[in-house]
Amino acid sequence: MGCATALFLARGGMKVVLLDRGEICREASGVNAGTLTMQMTRAALVPYALRAHEMWMRMPEWCDGGDVLATACPGLSVAFTAHEAAMLEERAIARRAAGAPIELISGTAAQAIEPGLADGVLLAGHCPIDGFTSAYLTGRAFRPALLNAGVVLLENTPVRGIEGHFVLDTVAGPVAASRLVLAGGVWLQDMAAWLGVSLPIKVLINQLVVTERLAPVMRSVVGVASGLLSLKQYANGSVLIGGGWQGIGDRARGGIAVNPEAFLGNIRLAAHTIPALRDARVLRAWLGLEAETADALPVIGPLDGVADAWTIGSVHSGYTSGPFMGKILAQAILGQAPDLPLFPMERLSVGGSMPDTGRVGEQGAVLINGH
Amino acid sequence: MIHDIAILGGGPAGMAAATEAARAGARTVLLEESHAPGGQVYRKPVFDGPVDADRRAGDALRAALAESGAQVITGVRVWGLGGGPLVAEGRAPFVLTGLGAEVSARALILATGTHERIIPFPGWTLPGVLGLAAATILLKAQGVLPGRRVVVAGQGPLLYAVAAKIIAGGGQVAAIADAATTYEWAQALPRLFARPDVLGRGLAWRARILGAGVPVFSGARVAEALGEGRIAAVRINGRIIEADALCIGHGLVPATEASRAYRAVHVHDPALGGWVPVLDADRRTSVPGLYAAGDGAGLRGAAAAPASGQLAARAALRDLGMDPVGRDPTAAFARAARAGAAMAGMMALRPALVAAIPAATEVCRCEGVTRAAIEEAADAGAGTMNQLKHFTRCGMGPCQGRMCGEAASALLAARRGVSIAAVGFATGRTPLRPVPMDAILGDFAYADIPVPAPAPL
Repeated sequence: MGCATALFLARGGMKVVLLDRGEICREASGVNAGTLTMQMTRAALVPYALRAHEMWMRMPEWCDGGDVLATACPGLSVAFTAHEAAMLEERAIARRAAGAPIELISGTAAQAIEPGLADGVLLAGHCPIDGFTSAYLTGRAFRPALLNAGVVLLENTPVRGIEGHFVLDTVAGPVAASRLVLAGGVWLQDMAAWLGVSLPIKVLINQLVVTERLAPVMRSVVGVASGLLSLKQYANGSVLIGGGWQGIGDRARGGIAVNPEAFLGNIRLAAHTIPALRDARVLRAWLGLEAETADALPVIGPLDGVADAWTIGSVHSGYTSGPFMGKILAQAILGQAPDLPLFPMERLSVGGSMPDTGRVGEQGAVLINGH
Repeated sequence: MIHDIAILGGGPAGMAAATEAARAGARTVLLEESHAPGGQVYRKPVFDGPVDADRRAGDALRAALAESGAQVITGVRVWGLGGGPLVAEGRAPFVLTGLGAEVSARALILATGTHERIIPFPGWTLPGVLGLAAATILLKAQGVLPGRRVVVAGQGPLLYAVAAKIIAGGGQVAAIADAATTYEWAQALPRLFARPDVLGRGLAWRARILGAGVPVFSGARVAEALGEGRIAAVRINGRIIEADALCIGHGLVPATEASRAYRAVHVHDPALGGWVPVLDADRRTSVPGLYAAGDGAGLRGAAAAPASGQLAARAALRDLGMDPVGRDPTAAFARAARAGAAMAGMMALRPALVAAIPAATEVCRCEGVTRAAIEEAADAGAGTMNQLKHFTRCGMGPCQGRMCGEAASALLAARRGVSIAAVGFATGRTPLRPVPMDAILGDFAYADIPVPAPAPL
């Protein structure tokens, strides 16, 4: 989201410097499951996700050829128990009301869409607008467009603090700007604290598992009603197993290790849903950190109490909606009406702000990914 | 049961570490992937093979281990690592999860040995091309020749060991291509006098090879392996040499998957084979309770490995409040390590071989990533091995980067104009080896899967 915001700000005429403590898109945006699904997106975010889905599918057109191999396919969310079927029905209705074209179908009809699906599905949500990307390509995809747009990329440049309005204390020396966007994922909490703002962010340590290349075993994005599974097979044959099972880690250390019970639970759920996965070998498991506010809705908008400072992050299924979220924040900063409303943090009713210290600086806007 | 000390890997370092630990009364367990402890050099044959010096040394280590009281679990492939520092808070006993066994221990000694470095060249993925280390397994453990007419190429002492064993087994060695010059060998020799046994064995190999009239090309590399569907010939110094197998290796690389997964601090030291965990004099890593021994912690050879295993075990014993009982192996290690260092030097990464890789040659064979693709990614902004993986999928395949990592990092570093140390290594991940899902899923009922609470609607 930091990259998308920077790109659209620069194209809007601002001088932008993008700082990242590591390399761009190496945290959540580069290691997530790449799912572009409406059925795991919170109902309130469905309108955003639909627009972002379109952006992902056409990324090379608006991102100077940058490509994450976005693939459109049907999405299925399945229920194996009566409890799950009830949950599925309730959730499908809410998401459909928000604009996602989800229909409820029988297990047999779901198997016609996805022949790899197990028997025993009581009910399935089917959304024809679904798909996936190769999320690890995200950084590579954004980089040329950012540079072409004139964004100054300062990677491997941790920020240690912010003084005034705004001088960033970085390992490479001070960086000054008149506007500031914090786009630091789970580290938003620490970054807001630099400006004296309290923004509690819960850290999710999401687990991902990938298999070796297999002959085709599935052709859609498959999840379960609870949302605790996402499955897709890439063109190269590898199957990615996600769903947000929790690993071991924290904000300070990042993802540390897979939790053995979660690892086993996740792959059992996967093999139960697509039985051909039993014959696969697991190649790699890793963890990505997802941010969550108190109400699990985004903070996209002004940073409370600090003029000219903005935040973007904590978007549930944030990768799906990411580029559109960056676009609307850039619109707001540029003084335009956003295509859809932002998610200001004032609703979280947290206090604390720094006195306005006047403007210094040369850069139009500073984006900070990570911290 | 929680053991006092677990040892991962049953080569000479692991066997000696387990023996030392168990003799001192520690509850000790050794995990080994193959059917018997021994490791690559002291591998126990599955047939009734000849009893040579390696066999005698291996049998002595095995006998000592058997008498020590250490629990030895063989045939177990450890794929999962946990505990130690990999917990939510503080630290916990180390947990090793394998297919068919799981052990916990207060201290863990990694004795995981090495894997082979192969710097790619055109044709390196043809059937019939195999590593020198793979060839030694065939020859030692199975008594099988890699081919009838074999070219042996690469660098380091394995070159001559493999050639001599092929000849002794009745095969023909069509040629040897040694990347090192005779001058380089002459430079290394004086340090080998510290180990007359090692030197003597090397001279015996050499005599057998010369006696068989094998052409030896010094300072030469394999330019290409040729053949349709499988190897038929090898091009060296402009000459086409017919062969039905090519055994080739460019040295050994410490296997640091486990110490990476435990997030120990590593350093890139070409003289030790590449990336190695940072160790203190007693072989402690930066992670409390985690120790490393043998070639997996830095190449010093099989002869030095038992003493390094003993050193690690003694440090672990002391850290657990127990007293070692054996003799201090410090001097023995230093003596053997001197000879080992000379051999490690002969096996170090040779930048000239990396520079010679043609642009169209696949470097990452699992994912089909060529040298050109790696350099294109470097130009497009990939500055670290983790980034290169994201940009190209290099290292994402079943070898998990073991095959391609050395060449890829050297290419990336050269293209970026930085040191290999600066491009880093791919983060250590579970599983340590590709693991069959069917083997770990077990029988389960859907209702028993502990599905967490769903996210809010």
